[in-house]
Amino acid sequence: MSKFVLMVNGEKVEVEAQPEMPLLWVLRDKLKLTGSKYGCGIAQCGACTVHVNGSPMRSCVLPVSAVSGPVTTIEGLAQGGELHPLQSAWIQHDVAQCGYCQAGQIMSAAALLANNRNPDDDDIDQAMAGNYCRCGTYIRVRQAIHTAAAYYDADTSSTKVTGAGQ
Amino acid sequence: MSISRINRRNLFKVSALASGGLMLQLNLPVAALAEDGGTLVQSKELNVYVQIDTDGQITIYSSIPEMGQGIKTTLPMIIAEEMGARWEDVVVLDAPLDASKYGMQGAGGSTSVPRNIDTMRRMGASAREMLIGAASLLMEVEREDLDARESKVIHSSGESMTFGQLAAVAVRQPVPDPEMLSFKDPRSYTIIGTSIGGVDNLVIVSGQSQFGIDVDVPGMKFATYARCPRIGGRATSFNATEIKAQPGVIDAFILQPDARAGKASMGFLDGLADLRGGVAIVGDDTWSVLAAREKLQVTWDESGASDDSWAQMVDQAKQIAAEGGGEVRLDSGSVAPAFAQADNKVLEAFYQFPYVAHVCMEPMNATAHFKKGTAGAADAMEIWLGSQFPGQVKEIANNMFGITPENVTVHAKRMGGGFGRRAVHDFAAEAMAISHRMGIPVKLTWTRPDDIHNDFFRVGGFEQMKGAIDPAGNLAAWDQHYIGFSKQGKPVIGSGLRGNEFSMVALDNARVTQSMMDIATPCGAWRAPGSNTNAFVEQGFIHELADLAGRDHLEFLLELMGERRWLDDGNVNALNTGRAIDVIKLAAEKAGWGKTLPAGTGLGLAFYFCHAAHVAEVAQVSVDADRNFRVEKVTVAVDVGPIINRSGAMSQVQGSVIDGLSTMAGQQITMENGVIQQDNFDEYPVMRIAATPEVDVHFIESDNPSTGLGEPALPPLAPAVTNAIHAATGERIRSMPLSELGFKLV
Ligand code: FES
Ligand code: FES
Repeated sequence: MSKFVLMVNGEKVEVEAQPEMPLLWVLRDKLKLTGSKYGCGIAQCGACTVHVNGSPMRSCVLPVSAVSGPVTTIEGLAQGGELHPLQSAWIQHDVAQCGYCQAGQIMSAAALLANNRNPDDDDIDQAMAGNYCRCGTYIRVRQAIHTAAAYYDADTSSTKVTGAGQ
Repeated sequence: MSISRINRRNLFKVSALASGGLMLQLNLPVAALAEDGGTLVQSKELNVYVQIDTDGQITIYSSIPEMGQGIKTTLPMIIAEEMGARWEDVVVLDAPLDASKYGMQGAGGSTSVPRNIDTMRRMGASAREMLIGAASLLMEVEREDLDARESKVIHSSGESMTFGQLAAVAVRQPVPDPEMLSFKDPRSYTIIGTSIGGVDNLVIVSGQSQFGIDVDVPGMKFATYARCPRIGGRATSFNATEIKAQPGVIDAFILQPDARAGKASMGFLDGLADLRGGVAIVGDDTWSVLAAREKLQVTWDESGASDDSWAQMVDQAKQIAAEGGGEVRLDSGSVAPAFAQADNKVLEAFYQFPYVAHVCMEPMNATAHFKKGTAGAADAMEIWLGSQFPGQVKEIANNMFGITPENVTVHAKRMGGGFGRRAVHDFAAEAMAISHRMGIPVKLTWTRPDDIHNDFFRVGGFEQMKGAIDPAGNLAAWDQHYIGFSKQGKPVIGSGLRGNEFSMVALDNARVTQSMMDIATPCGAWRAPGSNTNAFVEQGFIHELADLAGRDHLEFLLELMGERRWLDDGNVNALNTGRAIDVIKLAAEKAGWGKTLPAGTGLGLAFYFCHAAHVAEVAQVSVDADRNFRVEKVTVAVDVGPIINRSGAMSQVQGSVIDGLSTMAGQQITMENGVIQQDNFDEYPVMRIAATPEVDVHFIESDNPSTGLGEPALPPLAPAVTNAIHAATGERIRSMPLSELGFKLV
């Protein structure tokens, strides 16, 4: 067992864990942040996607000892009580079916929009290639990312939600 | 329709709800509903609760498990509509598992809408009448002059009172006689037929939703369970000293197979899921027990274990196909003469479809807490899990440990996918057995390989087809030999013909036979069981015959439907050729059937009827020289009667199309000497976003009753795609997955 000091969602936390324990299990079992999900454990499905230093990472294969910067999970994506534009767009397009993959989808999309405020379908396909949705919500994932990008266009701070569903 | 409750305040509103408020308790005796809505049905009586707070918030309880099919939104919409509620005032909470109040709380067979719609309407209408009764008293006006809408009761003079103001008096109004209830004119609907976002969307996108795998119970420990790689084996010994010495490990022990776990009152589940023998490791966190499991060395007793091998099954099936025979399910008598007719054209084809896994995004898991009874108190079990039929878990606890149902508390959580997998509760039996042994709360989480190896698979199978076309280009004979799988002589779920297939109900020149091979591999319900594979064969072969006849596929298929008729008048589970013709024509028209397409691109058509739904799909597919295929667009026409939630219905169709494509393109479970050969997503791929086709959905909202949409849009997808590949390339596809034929979905 070793001690690790992590910055998670803006808070400093101390955990005791084996160095090779993947960040995913530290988050879920030790810190009780269960928004990040286990889907495969081999970096195939993206359910466990979090940001480390702003980059999307598969936390199921990232040993806690290798975490090199601040961590953001789905629980930390909304800022100051306001939903992230992607979260609002996800609600507007009624993206989720079972919902299990959606935290990973949104975290991958957030990393995309942080670098590219106007992604086209190919950019989206590339950025979201690591995220499975077993329920098949891909059509609405794409639509919601476009909608969120448009929020940025209109007003960076706006998280207006105006409709549901299609 | 707008969602107004999208703010953080509402997160708190949801949690504050459990306390206070007035309960409008509606105990409505409800006649047993539709007898058979599909594959997993039981009749039931429902009692439902509607709660109105004095501040006007309306709480509607959802009693059916949610797995992504949207039922937690759909059914409350019906109550809210009949009540005259504004959707913005509604909060939906999960009802506790309580058979005495809610009847059978289960989800399967796309039956939740047809089974519950009448009850929901009555519940809403009854609440409305009680609110109107209260308003009549308080406003001192005649009931006849009152109307409920917008969460208010409004008098013809324009004067009104809100539901919140009325709640305290409404709760003391007599419960109306269900027979006397009247229902809203559908033309005045403001909620049903609109698009309403999922009621849990906010908690999902903020990472707050609690699936079974997220449960946290005070004092809880974590477990993994290693079963014999060869299905049916049991553990005899393992390196216990070494495993128990691993960091974070508390205990490790063997569980013996236990057939009591598999006993179930629901027929289709009975005997399906014995507890499998294996080694449990319990520790401080999931990772510690998984790391310890890497070091596990087990001696397995494989006497009586499965020796199933897919390669052998294929060989055996081909032999059976060549020999012919089998149990005769239908014989019109006209088949043999038609094949003997010299000027008839005859075609034979051998079709094959693989075993596939459910791979719910959330692997199987359950948290159990066995509490040993002290001081004369009975033993008790508490369990948290995602389940399609959570009531079944009580039976398992009773069967295995003699814990009576009133001492078993089941917390049914949102499911990260079901698809039929979570109808079977082997994982719950394991968690309970581990907690029973430890006497503490234990969360058992399956790894993805556990989830794939220990699935109840969609059964594979084969069909030997033979058809004859007469000189006029008409179908002269249809000979179908289904070669499937049984367990101890009984066809496994999804294998064999049910008797309601198109060939068996609608063709007057058919012969249908069936042969079964006995297997040990566990099989279960997988989204549209039976239909999802038979559609591929039936609709592919109809296209082959159209081709043989030199006829247009659309024209040929419509001709096979014949006169517009309902094969069993009034029975929604019987094919209605009129509804079939309508969806086929609509899909073809919207897809531009007959249009000129570039070389290497084709349109493929398919129709299927199951789960009381008529669905036609047209796929537009392009194929390049390297056998990369792209499904550009799928046009879907659906008749499931009036749509309740447009957004949810669309989601189910889009999801079914993508699921169907994902499965046919690259998924296959194989076994060798009883060992499942695929471990994880690298060997069992799910389709990724880049391959997503455009999906163009059209609903025919016929005046038939609304029925379910979780499954029926899936079966036509595979044949629509393979028929399109034929149109694009001339290559006929008779087996899935396409990856085995060198095709790659791009
Ligand atoms: S759980 Fe990490 S990628 Fe699947
Ligand atoms: S919504 Fe179920 S896996 Fe994506």
